Formats: sequence, structure tokens, C-alpha cells
Amino acid sequence: MIEIENLVKKFDQFVAVDNLSFQVAEGEVLGFLGPNGAGKSTTMKVITGFLAPTSGRVSIDGHDITEDAIAAKSLIGYLPEGAPSYGDMTTEEFLRFIAQVRGYRGEEIDRRVQHVIKEVELESVRRQTIETLSKGFKRRVGLAQAIMHDPKVLILDEPTDGLDPNQKHHVRELIKNLARDKIVIISTHILEEVTAVCTRAIIIAEGRIVADGTPAQLESRSRYHQAVSVRLNDSYDLGADLGGIDGIATIEEDAEQALTYTILAKDGQSIFSQVSAIAQEKQWPVTEFHVQRGQLEDVFRTVTQKAKEA
Amino acid sequence: MGNLGIIFWRELMSYFATPLAYIFIVIFLITNGIFTFELGGFYLRGQADLLPFFSFHPWLYLFMVPAIAMTLWADERKTGTIELLLTLPVKLRDAVLGKFLAAWALTGLALALTFPIWITVNYLGDPDNGVIFAAYLGSWFMAGSYLAIGSCMSASTKNSVIAFILTVSICFLFVLMGSPILLNAFPDFVPQFLVDAISAMGFLTHFDSIAKGVLDIRDILFFAVFIGAWLLASAIVIEMKKAN
Repeated sequence: MIEIENLVKKFDQFVAVDNLSFQVAEGEVLGFLGPNGAGKSTTMKVITGFLAPTSGRVSIDGHDITEDAIAAKSLIGYLPEGAPSYGDMTTEEFLRFIAQVRGYRGEEIDRRVQHVIKEVELESVRRQTIETLSKGFKRRVGLAQAIMHDPKVLILDEPTDGLDPNQKHHVRELIKNLARDKIVIISTHILEEVTAVCTRAIIIAEGRIVADGTPAQLESRSRYHQAVSVRLNDSYDLGADLGGIDGIATIEEDAEQALTYTILAKDGQSIFSQVSAIAQEKQWPVTEFHVQRGQLEDVFRTVTQKAKEA
Repeated sequence: MGNLGIIFWRELMSYFATPLAYIFIVIFLITNGIFTFELGGFYLRGQADLLPFFSFHPWLYLFMVPAIAMTLWADERKTGTIELLLTLPVKLRDAVLGKFLAAWALTGLALALTFPIWITVNYLGDPDNGVIFAAYLGSWFMAGSYLAIGSCMSASTKNSVIAFILTVSICFLFVLMGSPILLNAFPDFVPQFLVDAISAMGFLTHFDSIAKGVLDIRDILFFAVFIGAWLLASAIVIEMKKAN
């Protein structure tokens, strides 16, 4: 269990993290979202004990990160932003170093290093110096060191940044596999990642939490929640047919694709069955017809912009 | 082996992973040779001691040691590995000390590789080997003092070139403080205790007597305390600066 209470981090006058409080329990994969400069990385640096909080407290399984730093840090595996590692070492040397610092001795070092090399598929670059590796491999080396001690808490700052789609998929699968009975916190600004791996998402802006919930809950806050998308193959006046339904807020025409409309629901009411009944009755020239869950991107923009204006 | 030892070995190995350590050692040995034989008049003096060898060390270290020290923390900050290192279950003390000791071991190795000159002087005459050993020890501790300053300067910037220049400047100041050139330049109205105090902080004050064969434990103690103080300062600077 990670407990964060009234966390404040200031740099001189600038308030990077402003009175943040939340808890993360075992089994949760928390997506930490926010625009650049919102305080995501700073929060992670405080949770991992790299930066001392200005005020407030962070505790990892009951160990305070400032008072009981070594015990708390032992529980955490951390991938810092950009996956830094010692470029002049080979993958294997670097991982052996991490294993030693993590307290493994003798044969156990070989076993742990072998395990993580297999886990993130680094066998092919085992004896290469890290500075010669591609971005994707470097990121994987960073992941390998983070999971070296099978940590209870895994904190990953933009783990898939700069990876190609295959690598992204691979890393996400890895995170999902690791997530059981662990606490995982991932910062990202790739929203599809949240729906793909997270069980919960927190959006922060200007150092404060502006939204907190499961990805589905957040999506339901979107104005596109329950909206019906329709694509026609011939022009047709939808508005005339739909006038009778109360739950409809408005009809938007797609600016880029002709004959594509989104019928928005009022306050997230379910309008699909009514709209589909009318569409059948009036025989709309439909080629595509589906209901939206809501757009995380839309929610993200709304809540972060609101925070900026406030 | 504790974390101190693990960090020490990693750092030491990383010097030898690149040509840096080899270049450092070769240049150190060549310059030492030039200073001792050409400038110091090792043969002409006709004395079986290593005074010309040791008396150039404060000036040789002035440029050699900052070159080793400049990357200590500046590179960690530049590449972001400092974030990795300090979020591992490692005490800052162990990190500062481990890195320092690795660099100090490298200078110790370079110094030890000057052993042919010790053999030469024994072949040519009958020197006081106790004095020579003491001078080696004193020289190594002085190199440690330069390194400790370098560690602190390196922690204060992400740019290792700036760290180099800062270290050279501050080391130069401490060399000057003990040099007669500076001490004689003070006007008369400066109270004597102040001049003495400044002189007491100077490297030359403590090293000259060691080089001449007067091994006073207080001189070694001076360098030890000096190293300790600058390493403590390094840790404080790292704490202050790591955020940016």
C-alpha cells in the first residue's frame, strides 16, 4: 500500500506538486496522467525518494520514504524518465551491478540477472555496451533493472515513450503480467495505454488531482459517453427524425469526413436503442453505426484545461 | 561487500572500460619523468633522494587530478543516472565515498607505477627509504584532497568542463595559500595570525615538509580532515542540486 498525504513539492517559488493525497493498493495499476509540466515526474521522484518533499508524507508499506528511506527504497523498482543507465557498461555488467546493490550475492546474482534478461528479452544484447543499444533496448534494460528484485512496488516513468508499436505492446504485456499482487504506477501521456493496462487513472494538472477513477469511469465523464456515431452513404437529414427523443443533446458533423455524424447524449443517457429503432424505421442510408464509450482524450482535455483556467 | 564496495568497484571498472584510465596513467608517468629528470635535475643534484620528484606533485596534480574528478558527479547528473543511483537502496554517504575512493585508487595506482624511479634511486645510491615511503603517502593524501575538491565541484554542475575549471581554480588557491610567493606578498598591516592561518590551510605547507622527509602525523591529519570536509560538502551539494 502506498499512502501519499498532503504532498507538496516546491522549487523556490514554483509549486510543482500542490497538496496531493491518494492511496494505491496491491493489485492496482495506476495510470498517472497529465500534460507536460503537470507534476507527474516530480511526484514520482518524491515517491521513489529521489527528491525530498517540501511537506506532506509518502509511505511505502508503512515505511516513510524520508525517515526510513532504505527500507522503502528496497520495496520499489523504478524506471526513471528516459531510462538512464551507465552507458560504458555492458547490459550484463550493468544488471549484475544492480543485482548486487539490491543485495543479491553469489549464484543468486546470476540467477536474477538471467531471469530478467529472459523476461524482457535482452539475450541478444547481453554483451553489448549500453551506449550502443537502440532506444527500445535501452528502455528494456531500464525495465530489467527495475524488476530485478521482483519489487512490490513498480514505478515507471513513461515506460513506452519512444518505442515502436511492437515494443509498446510487449512492454504493456510485461506490465500486465507483473501487476498481479503488486502496485504499479505508470506515468504516460499516451491515453490508449491507460485503457490497455491500467485499472485506475489519476489525471493531474498544475500539481493537483483533477480526476481519479477507473478508465471506464473517466470515459463516462466525456461528453461523447453514450454518443452514437453514424456514417451514411447518402445525405439525409438526421435532425428531422430525431427531434422526438429527449436524451439527445446535439448532432455533430465530422469536420474531416463527409456524411459522418455523432449524436451526443444528454448527461450520459443511453440513447442507442431509441436511435437504432428510428434508423431502422426510417431506413437511414447507414454504412456504420456504433455507440461510443466516451473519449478519454476529451476528458483529459476538459479537466486539464479547466485546471489551467482556475 | 557492502554497497560502498559495490559502488567502488563499479566506478573503478568504469575508468578502465574506456581508455581514460590508461591515458591518465601514461600522461601522469611521462609528465612525472619530464619534471623529475629535465626540470628537477635529478642527476645533476647528485643526491640519493626523490625531492625533485615529489616537489613537482602539487603542480602536476593541479591539472591531472581535476581531469579524473570532473566526471564524478557531473556525468551522473547529465545522463540522469544519479536518479537511478539515489533511488536504489544506497546511502548517499556510500555513493559519495565509493566514487571518491575509486578515483583515489586510480591516482594511487598511477602513483604506484612510478616505482621504477624508486628502484633507480636505490640503484644509484643509498636513500632513506622510510622518507621516500612517507613522501609517497603524503603525495597520495594530497591527491585525495584535490579529488575531494573535485568531487564537490563536479556535484555542483552538469557540465564536466566547468567542473574541471572550477576544481583547478580552487585547488590552485589552496596550493598558493601555502606558497611563499603569496605569503611574502601580504603587506605588513595584515596581522601575523591571519597570514599563519592562511598558510596553515595551504597544501604546500603540509606537503613540503612531508616531501623533505619530515613526516608529521598532523600533516597527514590535515589532508584527511580536508578530504572529509570536502566530501561532506559534496554530499550537501548533491542534496541541494539534484532536483535541477
